[in-house]
Amino acid sequence: MLDDKDRIFKNLYGQGDWGLEGARKRGAWDNTKAILDKGREVIVNEVKASGLRGRGGAGFPTGVKWSFMPKAVGDRPHYLVVNADESEPGTCKDREIMRNDPHLLVEGCLIAGRAMDCRSGYIYVRGEFIRERERLQAAVDQAYEAKLIGKDNIHGYDFDLYVHHGAGAYICGEEMALLESLEGKKGQPRLKPPFPANMGLYGCPTTVNNVESIAVVPDIMRRGATWFAGIGRPNNTGTKLFCISGHVERPCTVEEAMGIPVRELIDTHCGGVRGGWGNLLAIIPGGSSMPVIPAHQCDELKMDFDGCAALKSSLGTAAVIVMDKSTDIIRAFARIAYFYKHESCGQCTPCREGMGWMWRVLTRMADGRAQKREIDMLFDVTKQIEGHTICAFGDGAAWPVQGLIRHFRPEIERRIDEYTRNADRHAVRVAAE
Amino acid sequence: MAKIIIDGTEVDVPPEFTLLQAAEAAGAEIPRFCFHERLSIAGNCRMCLVELKGSPKPVASCAWGVRDCRPGPNGEAPVVNTKSPMVRKAREGVMEFLLINHPLDCPICDQGGECDLQDQAMAYGVDSSRYHENKRAVEDKYIGPLVKTIMNRCIHCTRCIRFSAEVAGVPELGAIGRGEDMEITTYLEQAMSSELQGNVVDLCPVGALTSKPYAFAARPWELAKTETIDVMDALGSAIRIDTRGREVLRILPRVNDDVNEEWISDKTRHVVDGLRTQRLDQPYVRVNGRLIPATWPQAFDVIAGKVKAAKPERIGAVAGDLAAVEEMFALKDLMTRLGSKNLDSGQDGAAFNPQWGRATYLFNATIAGIERADALLIIGANPRREAAVLNARIRKRWRAGKFPVALIGEKVDLTYPYDYLGAGPDTLTELVAGKHSFAETLKKAEHPLIIVGAGALTRPDGAAVAALAAKAAIEMGAVKEGWNGYSVLHTAASRVGALEIGFVPGEGGLNAAAMEKPGALDVAFLLGADEIDVPTGAFVVYIGSHGDNGAHRADVILPGAAYPEKSGLYVNTEGRVQLGNRASFPPGDAREDWSILRALSDVLGMKLPYDSLPALRAALFKERPQLARIGQIVASGPADIRQLSAMKGDVDKAPFRSVIDDYYLTNPIARASAVMAECSALAEGRGAMTAAE
Repeated sequence: MLDDKDRIFKNLYGQGDWGLEGARKRGAWDNTKAILDKGREVIVNEVKASGLRGRGGAGFPTGVKWSFMPKAVGDRPHYLVVNADESEPGTCKDREIMRNDPHLLVEGCLIAGRAMDCRSGYIYVRGEFIRERERLQAAVDQAYEAKLIGKDNIHGYDFDLYVHHGAGAYICGEEMALLESLEGKKGQPRLKPPFPANMGLYGCPTTVNNVESIAVVPDIMRRGATWFAGIGRPNNTGTKLFCISGHVERPCTVEEAMGIPVRELIDTHCGGVRGGWGNLLAIIPGGSSMPVIPAHQCDELKMDFDGCAALKSSLGTAAVIVMDKSTDIIRAFARIAYFYKHESCGQCTPCREGMGWMWRVLTRMADGRAQKREIDMLFDVTKQIEGHTICAFGDGAAWPVQGLIRHFRPEIERRIDEYTRNADRHAVRVAAE
Repeated sequence: MAKIIIDGTEVDVPPEFTLLQAAEAAGAEIPRFCFHERLSIAGNCRMCLVELKGSPKPVASCAWGVRDCRPGPNGEAPVVNTKSPMVRKAREGVMEFLLINHPLDCPICDQGGECDLQDQAMAYGVDSSRYHENKRAVEDKYIGPLVKTIMNRCIHCTRCIRFSAEVAGVPELGAIGRGEDMEITTYLEQAMSSELQGNVVDLCPVGALTSKPYAFAARPWELAKTETIDVMDALGSAIRIDTRGREVLRILPRVNDDVNEEWISDKTRHVVDGLRTQRLDQPYVRVNGRLIPATWPQAFDVIAGKVKAAKPERIGAVAGDLAAVEEMFALKDLMTRLGSKNLDSGQDGAAFNPQWGRATYLFNATIAGIERADALLIIGANPRREAAVLNARIRKRWRAGKFPVALIGEKVDLTYPYDYLGAGPDTLTELVAGKHSFAETLKKAEHPLIIVGAGALTRPDGAAVAALAAKAAIEMGAVKEGWNGYSVLHTAASRVGALEIGFVPGEGGLNAAAMEKPGALDVAFLLGADEIDVPTGAFVVYIGSHGDNGAHRADVILPGAAYPEKSGLYVNTEGRVQLGNRASFPPGDAREDWSILRALSDVLGMKLPYDSLPALRAALFKERPQLARIGQIVASGPADIRQLSAMKGDVDKAPFRSVIDDYYLTNPIARASAVMAECSALAEGRGAMTAAE
C-alpha cells in the first residue's frame, strides 16, 4: 500500500481547500520559478527519467512525447493541449483532480508548457463536466490573479491557459478529434501522419496530454525522478489513480502505486468484492474499451501496463470495473457495444458499419437468439474493424468483444442452447402475434 | 526523388507523393471511394489500405506520404505491398462493411453500370452475406431540382461535402448525426444554390446522388458517347454527349486541365431537355402575318425576292451566341458577295475590334494561368455567373493562399472574399492614378491578373473603359515578358470565333446596335441571334434551332442545327480553337447551318465555293491559319494592350452592371429547358427571400 508521504493527490476527496491557499499548503506552487529556470532540456529529461507513462490509456512515455516537439519555436507557436474529456466508462480520475486539486493541473500546465516552449495551453473539458469546469476555471482565475500564469507573471515565463468546454462526445477524447473540436469543427479524428507534434492545433506543433499526466509533473520535478521511478516496477513507475466501480462494497477512486495486485487494490480500498473474492466473475482493468479478464486470472494480475498486457488486456485508464457472478456478462458487453455504436463518429467505414453490427449480434446473443457459428463470425468482424480505422476507437470497441469471446464462449453457447431448447415455446408466441 | 519498393518493383517518385500515387506510378491499381484527385484527402473509406513494412497495421495509401515512410535499418527503401493477403483481407473486410447497409437495388439504380461500388465489389466482394440484421433505412433528402438523392445507398465518402465546400465554395452540404446515423443533407433540406452542384453526381461513387432530370432514362451501356465542346459559356468546357438514337440523353464533363479540369456548370449539364423542345424542324414563311410551314425551295424563293430587291447597304447579318465559326464564315462570305458590310456578332454591343489586335479581346493569361497569378483585379465581371467553372479555378487559386482579389463592379458573392473597390469607371480611374492601396498590391505582384468582363465593355463607352483597363494593366505591370495579365472574359461561345474571322462591321458598316435602329435595314439575317431586337420594317431571315425571340420576329425561318447536331469550330475566351463533334442529327427538315447558307447562296446566284464541310474548313484555314491549330492558343503580343491603353475616350460615370441577369436563361436552348426554368425560378425565390429579410 502506498505511503501517505508518497501521495501526489493529497486532496483527492475534497476534504481540504481546493483553492490556491489550500494547494499552497499542500506544496503546490512552491518555488515553481526554480523548476522553470532549469530550462527545457532538464525538465524533459527529468520526466523521461521518471518513467512516467501517459495516463490517458495508451501509456506512451510522456517525456518522449514532449521531446518530439520542435527544438526551437519557428514561425508557428507551440501549443499544449490537456485532454480533460474524460468519457471512458468507469473512469473518474480526472474529474477528481479538477474538482479537488485543480492547481496541480494548472501548475503542471505551466511546467509542461515551459518544457515545450508553449506560450499558451488549452484544457478541453468534457461537455458533461459542468461543476468541474467551473472549479477549474476558478483555479485558473486564481492563478492569473496571483500572477502565477499569464503575461508578466512572477515566474518570468509568459503563459496563457484557456479552459474550453466541449459539447459532450466520447470521440472528442481522441486527441485528433479533440483538436478538430477545439478548432470549432465537427469532432472527427484527423489522419496521422502528420502527428500533432508537427501539425496539431491550427496547424502548429502541439502536444496533447492527459490531465493526470500533467498533474503529476510538478511533484516529479520537486521530488525528483528517482523518487517517482522508485515506486512501482521498472517500466511501470509511479503512482496512479485507480477508479474502482461495479460490484464492490465501496466503489472509489484511490491513488496507489503502479503494479499493485488487483485483489489487494479491491480488498484494501473497496472493502472487497460483493459477496467475497470467490464471487468474482471478471474484471475489466482499464475502462470499457479494454478486454475483460476472468476471475481465475485475476489472482495474479498486477495492475500496471505490463501486468495487464501479459493477460492480453491493457491498463487503459486504470478504471477497474468489477463484475460479480450475478452479472449477465453477455448483456453487459452488448451494452458496451451499444455505447460504442452510439459514440462512433461515423467517419470511417469499419467503425461506422461495424459497431452496429456487433451491437445487434451481441443483443441477440444475450437472449440466445443466435447461431453458434455466429460467434466466430463476430470475432472475425472485430478483427476486420481492429487496426483498419483512422483512430483507436475501432480498436477500443473491438477489444472488449474479443475479450468476451475469448473468455466466455461457453457462456454464449450455453445461452444459445438454452434458447434453442425452448424454441418451441418462443415460436408459438411469435406466431400468435 | 525518393526510392520506394512497391510490390517488389523499385520506383523513384517525388517525396511529396502519397503511397497511392507511388503505387500508380509503379503500375499497381489501388481501389478507392473517398479519394479524389481534385478534392482534399479524407481517408475515411479505408478501401485503399496497403501493407507498409514495419507498420503493424495496414495504412491508408491515399493519405500516407512517401516521405512519412521510415527507411529500413540500413537505409533500405521502404517496402509497400499492395497485393498481400493482409491487404486483401483488409479490403474485403471494408467492402463487406460497405455492403452490409447498402441496399440491393442495383437493378433499379441509375448508377448501375458505372458504379464504383459495383465494380470494386467484383474484385473484393464475397459471394454471400453474413449480415442478417435489418439494413439501415435513411430518408431521402430534397437538395434541389438537379440532384436526386437515394440516401440508403450512401457510403459516406464525403466527396460531395468536400466538393461543395472546397471547389464550389458554397458549403451547403454537410453530414449530420454520427456513427451509423450519419446522414448527408443540406441541413434544412433546401435546394443547393451552387452553379456547379451537378458535379456531385459525377463524384458520388455510388447511386446516392444521381441526376434528377436523367432519372431512369437509360443505362450507360446503351448510350453512344461523343466527345465535344460546350457552348453555354465562353470557356468551351470539354464535354461528352451521351445519345441514344437521335436523342441527347445527358451531358457529362471530360477532363481538360487547361480549361475545365473535370467540372462543368449546371447549365452545361442540364440544358439537355432544351434540345428536345421548341425545336424548329421545318422552314416557315410569314404570310399575312402568320408563319406558315413551307418547303426549302419556297422559303429560299421568298428570301431571294427580298434580297434582290434590297440595296446591299440595307442588308445586314447578326450572329448569335452559339454560332460555330464555319457558319459565321459562310455568312460573312455570302454578305461580302452581296456587297454588304453590315455584320456583327456583338448582340450585347461589346466594344471589340480585331483591328486593335487579338490580345485586346482574349483572356491572355489563360485559364490555367490563373493558378500562376498572385493578385487579381476583376473589372465589371461576375465570373460566378458568366463562367462558373472559371470562377472555381479562381477559388482554387485563392484557396492555395496569398491571393488578394479586388472587384470593381457589382457587389456579388463570388464564393471567395475580395476587396470591394467601387462600382464604376471612376474607381478604375482612381486605381490607375494609384489612389487605392490595391494598386500597390498589384504592382508588387509578380503575375497580376486583370479580368475585364462584359459588364465593363458592353456599354456605349465600352472602348474607353477597355482603354482604361488596358492602362491599368500596363501601370500595374500586368503586361510584361512572359506574362500578359490583361484578360477579357467573354460570355458568348461564338464571340471570339467571330472576332477571329472578322465577323465585325466593315468599313462604314453598321454594328448590331445600329442595325437595331428603326428603318436601318431592309433585310436582316439572324444566325441564331435571339438577344437582339430587330425593328419593324426589316424582312427577317432567322436561321436557328429554337423557336425563341428571333423566330417569333422572323419572316422566314430556316431550321438549323443545335450544337450537338453539327461539327463545328469554337474559339473560347482564351483564343483556344476547339472542335465540336456531332453527336446526333438535327430534327425533321432542319439542316446544318453552313449548308443552309451554301444552298441559299445558290438561289441568290452567288454560289459559295465549297460543297462540303472539309472544303469550307480548307477555305477558312487558308484565310485564318491560326484556326487550324485545334486545341491550341495562338498567343498575341503585349503591344496590342499598349496600343489599346493609349486610346483616348471619355468614360461615363454609370456603374458596371453584369450582363447576365438570369444565369439559367442566357440562350435559346436554355430558355427552352424546363429544368433550367425550374432552377431559375428557385434562384429568383432565393433572391426574393434575401430581400425580404
